[in-house]
Amino acid sequence: MSMKRYIFRRVPQLVPLIIFAIVLNFTLMHLAPGSPLDYLIGGGEVVPQEYIDKLNRDFGLDKPLHEQLIIYISNVFRGNFGNSYRYRAPVIQIIAQRIPNTLLLMTTSIVFAFILGVFLGISSSKKPYSFIDNIASSISILGYSIPTFWLGMLLIIVFAVNLRWLPSLGMSTMGMIGLTGWAAVIDTVRHLILPTITLGTAYLALYTRLTRASMLEELRKDYIITAWGKGLDDRTVYYKHAFRNAMLPIITVFGLNLGLMLTGATLTETVFSWPGLGRLVYESITTRDYPILMGIFIIVSITVVLANFIVDILYAVLDPRVRYK
Amino acid sequence: MITSYNFEATSRRLRLYLASIRGFWRVFSKSRPAVVGLAMLVVLAFLAIFTEHLVLYNPFGIYPKSVLIPPSQAHPLGTDDLGRDILMLIMFGAKISLAVGFSSVFISSSIGITIGAISGYYGGRVEDVLMRLTDMLLIIPNFFLILIVVALFGSNMRNIVLIMGFTTWPGIARLLRAEFLSIRELEFVEAAHIVGASNLRIVFRHILPNAIYPVIVNASLQVGSAILTEAGLSFLGLGDPSLVSWGRMLSIAQLYMRRAWWMAAFPGVAIFITVMAFNLVGDGLNDALNPRLRER
Repeated sequence: MSMKRYIFRRVPQLVPLIIFAIVLNFTLMHLAPGSPLDYLIGGGEVVPQEYIDKLNRDFGLDKPLHEQLIIYISNVFRGNFGNSYRYRAPVIQIIAQRIPNTLLLMTTSIVFAFILGVFLGISSSKKPYSFIDNIASSISILGYSIPTFWLGMLLIIVFAVNLRWLPSLGMSTMGMIGLTGWAAVIDTVRHLILPTITLGTAYLALYTRLTRASMLEELRKDYIITAWGKGLDDRTVYYKHAFRNAMLPIITVFGLNLGLMLTGATLTETVFSWPGLGRLVYESITTRDYPILMGIFIIVSITVVLANFIVDILYAVLDPRVRYK
Repeated sequence: MITSYNFEATSRRLRLYLASIRGFWRVFSKSRPAVVGLAMLVVLAFLAIFTEHLVLYNPFGIYPKSVLIPPSQAHPLGTDDLGRDILMLIMFGAKISLAVGFSSVFISSSIGITIGAISGYYGGRVEDVLMRLTDMLLIIPNFFLILIVVALFGSNMRNIVLIMGFTTWPGIARLLRAEFLSIRELEFVEAAHIVGASNLRIVFRHILPNAIYPVIVNASLQVGSAILTEAGLSFLGLGDPSLVSWGRMLSIAQLYMRRAWWMAAFPGVAIFITVMAFNLVGDGLNDALNPRLRER
């Protein structure tokens, strides 16, 4: 089956999932105590009658439920998630402003976790139950059990409060708006270090454990014995032969865990006041800004659905056998 | 008429049962981390059950004279912003964390087992529908779903436990379905069919006992992650405001990070140790219960 046809066949499976996420949101909004209007305004604010009329028009709140659902779905597909009264701006606009910051933090965390995790995983698969293997498995147990936000708080107390090495809040130093060029980049990088370690640790654990298991699996196979038999050196056998095949499950897990990563980002951003999507979640909870919360929920759900779809495709590209199943 | 009680059969069954427990313990106890985890859980359970008898004074009061005291002899883990002893608060928190963890996992396991067993045993259309639903729920990011429901419906303990239970079952359902699919084809199930056992009997007496192991392992790991989820919710301000929970303690500690490190350090240690204990026990159970690994 050609790649194009494979993708073509998978797309229809995507639509019901996205609709499901939107319907879920709609259902919750209607089941929750109070009227949906409360959740479209949020914050218990007193708003002018014209605004309420506008909401009624936009979301057809006076129409029967099934019509409301259709209107809601079409609104979401057109990018209309309602407005945040507190910000006096459309939800989609507020969310869009925060996304780049979250992406930056997630990227650095994944790179940190992936490089270190793969290195630890491969090293420990070379000699199971050796010293480095024990270190790697300790790290993975610690990383699985430690609450993200607590790790962040500890890092702040040690490295920001006591040692004063690194900043603990926000993305840039206050009162340094004028920084340009390299100075600004270095300032941002300094702000990134602690959040990156905080968010990356759980993934470090995951990648270490996965790489090790996956490598051990590959190293048992015949082609590796052949590779050793040909007299290839360590590097080639481990990295070029075994790791390339061992990478497949790691990629799948990345897609499956994107939701978890966004959870981690929410908690990390809250601790470090990192101005991203997660911090927005926290702010919206404290100010009861429901339109934003629901907008984030839909966007996060759709992102995760899409990410899984892309991972599936990527998997088929990397492993041609998948396409023929 | 008095039917004679079959002592021999009963004692044989008992012996088999004891032997299987011994076999389980032999493998389980071989792993030192698993035993350490179990020991930690026993201590935690003890603290959680006897909290009221162990605490020296009411942790819900306000003690203006002892605000933010660093760890000392009187207060081994220091005091918080209201002058309450952190150690006492942590002990009360243990009760909440364990209760939330166990009850939400009980709910999700019950749902997961039911749905997994039905779809794995009957197959066909029922399976298609149930598994489609399972996959959809599996892909929706759990934490955000829980978060939005608690935000909309109100943050009390009942809501938190229920919604955590109702959203985390898909993994269990998939696990159990996979086990059922392979076990239902085995000879002893066929034999049960032939002697005329009912579907209910076959599912509960014959298949389930053989299929339950991965669910038990999963449950242990899930209690840990439920505790983390509850802590995360509380940290974001969605915990039950009327209860002492570790996540809420940390949420408040954030305001005092510069002045009172002990407020942030110790509740986190409690979460960390508890979650780790469940993870270690889960790994140990996996080694001891998984027949494929047991051979080694």
